[in-house]
Amino acid sequence: MSAPAIELKGISKSFGAVHANRDIDLTVEKGTIHGIIGENGAGKSTLMSILYGFYQADKGTIAVDGARVTIKDSDAAISLGIGMVHQHFMLVEPFTVLENVMLGAEGGALLNRGRAEARKELERLEKEYELNVDPDAIVGDLPVGIQQRVEILKALYRGAEILILDEPTGVLTPDEADHLFRILGQLRAQGKTVLLITHKLREIMAITDDVSVMRQGQMVASRHTAETSVEELAELMVGRRVLLRVEKGEANPGKVKLEVSGLNVVDELGVARVKEASLQVRAGEIVGIAGVSGNGQSELLEAIAGIGPITTGSVELFDIAGEPTPWRPRHGLGHVPEDRHKMGLVTKFLAKENAVLGYQREDEFGSGVMMDKGAVLETCKRHMEAFDVRPPDPNLKAANFSGGNQQKIVLAREIENDPDVLIVGQPTRGVDVGAIEAIHRRLIELRDAGKAILLVSVELDEIRALSDRIIVMFAGEIMGEVGPEATEREIGLLMSGVRDGAAA
Amino acid sequence: MNKELPGWVDYGLLPLLNLMTAFIVAGLVVLAIGENPLEAVGHIAYGAFGYGNGVGYTLFYTTNFIFTGLAVAVAFHASQFNIGGEGQAYLGGLGVGLACLGLDHVLPWWGILPFAIAMGALFGAIWAAIPGYLFAKRGAHVVITTIMFNFISYSLMNYLINNFLKVPGNASVQSRTFEQTAWMPKLEWLSGMFPGIQTSPANLSFVLALVACVFVYILIWRTKFGYEVRVYGANPTAARYAGISTTRIVVLTMAISGALAGLMGMNPVMGDQNRIFLDIPQQAGFVGIAVALMGRSHPLWIVFAALLFGMLYQGGAELAFEMPSITRDMVVVIQGLVILFAGAMEFMFRPWIAGLFTMMEKSDA
Amino acid sequence: MLELLQVSNLDSTIRLATPLLLACLAGLYSERSGVFDIGLEGKILIAAFAGAAVGVTMGNAWIALGAAILTSVAFALIHGVACITFRGNQIVSGVAINFLALGLAAVIGNAMFQMGGRSPQLPNEARLQGGDRALFSWMEDLGPVGEAVHNLFFDQSIFVYLAFAAVPFTWWVLFRTRFGMRLRAVGENPAAVDTAGISVTGLRYRAVICAGILCGLSGATLSMALNSGYINNMSAGRGFIALAALIFAKWRPVQAMMACLLFAFLEASESRLQGKEVLGFEIPVQLVQALPYILVVVLLAGFIGQARAPKAGGVPYVKER
Repeated sequence: MSAPAIELKGISKSFGAVHANRDIDLTVEKGTIHGIIGENGAGKSTLMSILYGFYQADKGTIAVDGARVTIKDSDAAISLGIGMVHQHFMLVEPFTVLENVMLGAEGGALLNRGRAEARKELERLEKEYELNVDPDAIVGDLPVGIQQRVEILKALYRGAEILILDEPTGVLTPDEADHLFRILGQLRAQGKTVLLITHKLREIMAITDDVSVMRQGQMVASRHTAETSVEELAELMVGRRVLLRVEKGEANPGKVKLEVSGLNVVDELGVARVKEASLQVRAGEIVGIAGVSGNGQSELLEAIAGIGPITTGSVELFDIAGEPTPWRPRHGLGHVPEDRHKMGLVTKFLAKENAVLGYQREDEFGSGVMMDKGAVLETCKRHMEAFDVRPPDPNLKAANFSGGNQQKIVLAREIENDPDVLIVGQPTRGVDVGAIEAIHRRLIELRDAGKAILLVSVELDEIRALSDRIIVMFAGEIMGEVGPEATEREIGLLMSGVRDGAAA
Repeated sequence: MNKELPGWVDYGLLPLLNLMTAFIVAGLVVLAIGENPLEAVGHIAYGAFGYGNGVGYTLFYTTNFIFTGLAVAVAFHASQFNIGGEGQAYLGGLGVGLACLGLDHVLPWWGILPFAIAMGALFGAIWAAIPGYLFAKRGAHVVITTIMFNFISYSLMNYLINNFLKVPGNASVQSRTFEQTAWMPKLEWLSGMFPGIQTSPANLSFVLALVACVFVYILIWRTKFGYEVRVYGANPTAARYAGISTTRIVVLTMAISGALAGLMGMNPVMGDQNRIFLDIPQQAGFVGIAVALMGRSHPLWIVFAALLFGMLYQGGAELAFEMPSITRDMVVVIQGLVILFAGAMEFMFRPWIAGLFTMMEKSDA
Repeated sequence: MLELLQVSNLDSTIRLATPLLLACLAGLYSERSGVFDIGLEGKILIAAFAGAAVGVTMGNAWIALGAAILTSVAFALIHGVACITFRGNQIVSGVAINFLALGLAAVIGNAMFQMGGRSPQLPNEARLQGGDRALFSWMEDLGPVGEAVHNLFFDQSIFVYLAFAAVPFTWWVLFRTRFGMRLRAVGENPAAVDTAGISVTGLRYRAVICAGILCGLSGATLSMALNSGYINNMSAGRGFIALAALIFAKWRPVQAMMACLLFAFLEASESRLQGKEVLGFEIPVQLVQALPYILVVVLLAGFIGQARAPKAGGVPYVKER
């Protein structure tokens, strides 16, 4: 057996206090498709960036084809035969396909000669790998699936023997994804090595020879794909964390408070992000939306909250009597956004200023044009006390609180305003264990107080611990609904787009 | 790289280092010309503060720079770069002048003042709101459109003064002089402290500039609108989350910015020349950029930054008189250096200071 | 109206277009690489001054030209250090460059010549005004057409030929060389260039230096060809007209030439249009002056096509995590 295409030993990388990669070992055999799977933030992209010379590892060694190497920049990676297809394509949109492929390997100071040769080589590659693209098409005009082929061609043109694909199907339709897998198969048949980074189990099972699982910056397992199963991988990915026990009694669902019908969201690129989503949330229940991140939950959440676009369909709120109430963002509807740094907080602002974000026009903070500073301060103090924010200092910048306390500031703001309906995205992302418990308890209390709560989380444990009903989304579609007693396997299958447990 | 540093470093030490660098480089220029920089500083200080008339001129320039500095700062808070202060001040001057020309036979200055303020602010506001609207609705970059609007304002004013406002038969390109009763009073009440100040162009506009500072402070930090402006400027995504409309914020903020720049026109038009004339702003629109950068967009610091530039403009004249080899344009050099070091190169010393802090932390540990 | 097409007016158009075109192409190199440059004005001005000052003291046109270019490049490098190395705001830096140039030219000029900012007249050997080329003088005897051809095309300063030659040359560099292709790429998507193993910083510095060289030529045109010496603030907003032309041309070289010729034609025609009536209305000369700026605003507002700036323009490149 020849030397492995790639052998990583003890790779570690930190960004400040964050350990993105910890003591990682990985062996990738030549001529195979090797999957690397893990949740968002598990450290997959960082590891691949190290391999492609975008970052330097703090510790550890890299061997390519059995020879130990240092990869100090992308140039070095390219000359070692490593090519990368980035999650966000590294393409120059107004350029033609040919120009994009040539960039960085022009073959001389003048383009003319190099261009002719590049065209010939490109045509050869296209034929060899069935990667049909018009060399003279402007890349910006091409659909994403084809743009991705250009990225692959770019890598092959530079003589890549090892091809890294970072979440390649995130932007693809299922059809395009299938086509991509055929191309990858073709590459393998030609003796190339492929590293496929993904968080989608279906892809791993469909195309890889081997699979390695990452969790929280560590490599937790490596398997031959044929000898593992979706369940095992799902378990390894999420980890057998102690199931977070939340004391809760039976739900007591009342009238429908929130009704979403036939909701579609199409983004500006024309990609359908949410397809025909319909759901109801009743008073006194928590409805969880499970799904691997990027399957339309964010867009659904923003559409319901009234800050994202709705292409077709409707969102309706109902009052206590069951009559429809006018739907205005943030009125009777609390919204804890998924990303508190980008959306939920202005990190440069003080805690007290953040305590009124979105409610700044309410009369309680001043009836005229002036902002009642005293009321803002009092509100913030009240929030901090109610949610045990530490330190309880309204005059501290939001950026200087820990993740858990930042999240409490956001939650307090949305909950203390006493909304009938609360939509919550990733309530415990980047939050320490103690705070997780407190946040969960609070959500249950709200439910018992008769609020209707819609919860989106990529943490399956969280969904299962809190929800009274679980809706699973995949590729923008609602795949089905299960009760809280459903097993992880059942939910996992729906999350990977398999209905009725047919596959696996 | 983005190491967290204590507030006093980011808001005190680093700006101070940048400013010092600017002045040291300016000193080197003086040295290169063969003069003594410290002596030059002495002349500037004397020219600016040494006698009543000089103090008056210093305050006169300071008034201009407070208005234009506030204008740039307000736009900065909504992360918009308004380079059009020059044109807005020019149009504002027109508005103030028209109010005076129309009413000076009817009302005394204090009766005209509300109209002058309203017209000056309105003309400046419109001249800035158009670029704001074009950005919010059409994506046209405010920097480019405001530059273009400056040039358009020069031609427009030139045309208006030549064709409509000029006194027939008079060669000079300016309107008639306002009735003396319409003139803004000088700062005579300060003549006890600074004898001779009444002979300078310093006038009541200075007090209005200070009032404008209080207004801007309240607007930005005390009103709901100011809160929304700051949210939008700091994090447009959070602004969307908080239901804040981009168009409303950008157009209104630009309009307020333009109104402040427009009010600058009052100082020379109603307070000094008492007529509409060519080149009302006299570069003050651009000095406002340096003032706002130096003043970190805060009204209090803007007053000091404006005073510094007022001092440089007046003291620079004294300097040119005392040291003939140095012209008043030295002030423009300093202005350029301040914008360069306090603005464009504001991060220059940061990695270095951050490194120093890391070293100190290590030696503590 | 026909008088606008007189040879003398067309001749003025070509002369006035020259500094504009050089500055416009300067902006094109810089902005195509993703570095916005509103400091064209300052670089032109300081180069005009340096050319005149060195021309007067050394009495040699070529040394003066070299000085103009070097000074302009030095200012371009200040912009580069601020915006590329220290990742400062490109607009703020451009504003600073304009003031520095305006102030330094006046201060140094006065210290050198004590003439209130002007420089003395350039001696003949320090001018590059062209004309009187014996080689072509025979054309003048060929009647009005010959004379016109001679005056328009064979009697110009070296800068005119340089500027108009720079148009196809720039086109060729941008679209036919490796450097040009990378330059266009880095202005659109620096991350694509970086991951292709090319230095973003290096490319942008080279673009900024190109801008410096061309602004140097533009400034030298003003003080050594169109005038013979330096006059205070003699660039008179040409850097901004060039910027307007650049936007109008949508950052393309041949269109840049057209836009500069158009704007120069307007400038040349100003005095001839004074007091003229069109359809019963008197055209204000100020409208003609403001027309380039008005056209750009209308263009930017999207009423005549879309002017799409290089996508990465104005943004310092930071490797993303």
